[in-house]
Amino acid sequence: MALTGSMSFLRSLSYPSRIILARINCVQNASRRSASHFSYVADTVDAADGQATSRINMFQAINNALDTALKTDDTAVIFGEDVAFGGVFRCTLGLQDKYGKDRVFNTPLSEQGIAGFGIGVAAAGSTAIAEIQFADYIFPAFDQIINEAAKFRYRSGNLFNCGSLTIRSPCSAVGHGALYHSQSPEAYFAHTPGLKVVIPRGPRKAKGLLLSCIQDPDPCLFLEPKVLYRAAVEDVPTEDYTLPLGKADVLVEGDAVTLIGWGTQVHVLHEVVKLAKEEMGVKCELIDLVSILPWDRETIFKSVKKTGRVIVAHEAPLTGGFGAELAASIQEECFLHLEAPVQRVTGFDTPFPHIFEPFYLPDKWRCLDAIKKVLKY
Amino acid sequence: MSLRHISSAFSRRINYAGACCLPKKFARQYGQPAAIGRYDEESAKFPGARANYTNSLELVHPESREPFAVYRVMDRDGQVLNAEEEPKLDQGFVQKMYKDMTMLNTMDRILYESQRQGRISFYMTNYGEEGTHIGSAAALKPDDLVYGQYREAGVLLWRGFTLEEFMNQCYGNCEDEGKGRQMPVHYGSKKLNFVTISSPLSTQMPQAVGSAYAMKRSGSGNCVIVYFGDGAASEGDAHVAFNFAATLECPVVFFCRNNGFAISTPTHEQYRGDAVAGRGPAFGITAVRVDGNDVFAVYNATKAACNLAIQENKPVIIEAMTYRVGHHSTSDDSSAYRSMEEVNLWDSTDQPIARLRKYMEQKGWWNESQENEWKESTRKQVLKAFAEAEKRPKPNWKEMFHDVYQDMPSHLRSQMKEMEDHVAKYKDHYPLSSYKS
Repeated sequence: MALTGSMSFLRSLSYPSRIILARINCVQNASRRSASHFSYVADTVDAADGQATSRINMFQAINNALDTALKTDDTAVIFGEDVAFGGVFRCTLGLQDKYGKDRVFNTPLSEQGIAGFGIGVAAAGSTAIAEIQFADYIFPAFDQIINEAAKFRYRSGNLFNCGSLTIRSPCSAVGHGALYHSQSPEAYFAHTPGLKVVIPRGPRKAKGLLLSCIQDPDPCLFLEPKVLYRAAVEDVPTEDYTLPLGKADVLVEGDAVTLIGWGTQVHVLHEVVKLAKEEMGVKCELIDLVSILPWDRETIFKSVKKTGRVIVAHEAPLTGGFGAELAASIQEECFLHLEAPVQRVTGFDTPFPHIFEPFYLPDKWRCLDAIKKVLKY
Repeated sequence: MSLRHISSAFSRRINYAGACCLPKKFARQYGQPAAIGRYDEESAKFPGARANYTNSLELVHPESREPFAVYRVMDRDGQVLNAEEEPKLDQGFVQKMYKDMTMLNTMDRILYESQRQGRISFYMTNYGEEGTHIGSAAALKPDDLVYGQYREAGVLLWRGFTLEEFMNQCYGNCEDEGKGRQMPVHYGSKKLNFVTISSPLSTQMPQAVGSAYAMKRSGSGNCVIVYFGDGAASEGDAHVAFNFAATLECPVVFFCRNNGFAISTPTHEQYRGDAVAGRGPAFGITAVRVDGNDVFAVYNATKAACNLAIQENKPVIIEAMTYRVGHHSTSDDSSAYRSMEEVNLWDSTDQPIARLRKYMEQKGWWNESQENEWKESTRKQVLKAFAEAEKRPKPNWKEMFHDVYQDMPSHLRSQMKEMEDHVAKYKDHYPLSSYKS
């Protein structure tokens, strides 16, 4: 479905394909632009004390988790568009060779088919790990995900379920993805009881959370910020482990303003914390929400009650974005503790543009400005 | 009779043979496209299709091939037309077929009336299509998985879904295994391997393919059957289900009930090709069209389809031609878009129940007094189940919050608690007495 994918896709191709694609997509420019709006901050939470680790990037960590799923569960199958040769982002590299064509296989090019097929695999009791090539192309599968996967258990009185279904999909900005290789569709899915929606911020989280999604008894949507596939490199435990769904991480403790983000935006906010310290001498509290649905109300409210000020930042458009749900819940739950209105720093209510990406994203300067606003309020 | 037989007959008609002489190096590079033709030394080398070149322009019109014939075993008078095709089912088995078809018909009449009296909120009858349900269900193994659309209650009846279970679901009472959450006729049964019905049309089709894939891997030796109407076959999900089933080699039987209407839309506004069976060859799927009012034709075709699906891990399309005698649902008056004369003609001259009865009478397996006795007995059984279902309370209203997830997340727990407090405060304004406490 995708035109060319990101530059990570380009690098992954064989030499002749690269030549062809390089003509339509300037690799150097892409590289410069995609790296511009954040610097990756390696994970420090759940430090792997005493555990063996290896220094890998996010697509390798995901590959690692998928390898584990196939190794430990004979019923597990991985399918989607172009997953057999390793995937356009290399996440399924080597898995078909290792586990066979009946367990890692290409499907015809149809997202509604992939989702529906996955529900059926799961309903028959097997573990289904479906890939949608870009989150921008998940909408043809919207009906299957919303009306079917999310409601399967409820409508049958728990006679049937498709809980062993996980749908993975690359999401969010990549520097030059324009309208259909940049979207962050989490808010559409957050409005869907029965579904779990998770977004990792880097390799270590990706491995543990993906394994949790695959093992979780409910259908999960796992959105992978594609700009992190190669840019995010850190020490990841080589052993298998899971991380809890529905649990936010407090990454930096502070008392002045609570900053809430997820995915790539967490790294933008890391820099914002630093800038606020340098420019204003204030300590911001940084929270990675991690799970969009269900989300960790307790951790958020606790932090907001402490700081009294809160900024939610996400790449997706403002109106109807998940920031709205957070802001409404925070004002309902923390009304007497709030010293300023909840601020949302987000993408604008436009389609995601190509050449205007630097002006579209909720970058560190827009977030920093929001901090100034809430502190001055 | 086997479907292999049907498909090879079809192949001969359009002059296909099956040899191939694609050079090895091309075969290696592009894999093996499906072998559905005969090729000469100069055949085209494109990866997307195996074909010969032609030096004269010829547009291929849909009329260039014969439509699928309608396979039948007996005529409208219950006379077997070709003795070799008679499935030779024993008396008890055929009587069960008949009894289930008529039981379904009796249940339909009583539940339809009950909706008219406002006692249940909604109903959809199966008039005229009883033969497709029973004929196909009888050909399946009990542990073959069934996905349905909504007009396949006879499949459940054949498998042993009780009148009480049907009624409990329609009333959404405390005995309904679905816990009263879905509209009437959205049945499901884990123990009978019948996946719970949902309203969105044809969503079950790619799901059935996925389940068939999982069953193939598990080596269970079972197939999946998925029912859908001629209208649902226009959905995108139908297209992808056919395509996934063929490319991923899944043991699934696609059973289309072509009853001429999707609510008010007649089939000539639904498609212009050779209906649904005609799509089979385009997807590389074996297909057959049967007389849906002939329970033995349906039985034979389903049996052959399941055998082929299981033995060769290939999908099969069965298109059963029939006529929707009843309204689309209790929310529809079909006289607004078709004449009652037409409906009555089908009901009086080409009816699956009447046809099987004639067959049985010729065999001496059924007579007028058995008929009267059975009619009276089914009426009593249905009314009894109906009255009991009506008396049962609805489930505890808190069931509304369960099964959204396997475990109830904290935000749902607090919403349930909030409603609990509210109901306690405003108890006079909610119909608590109808619900289990």
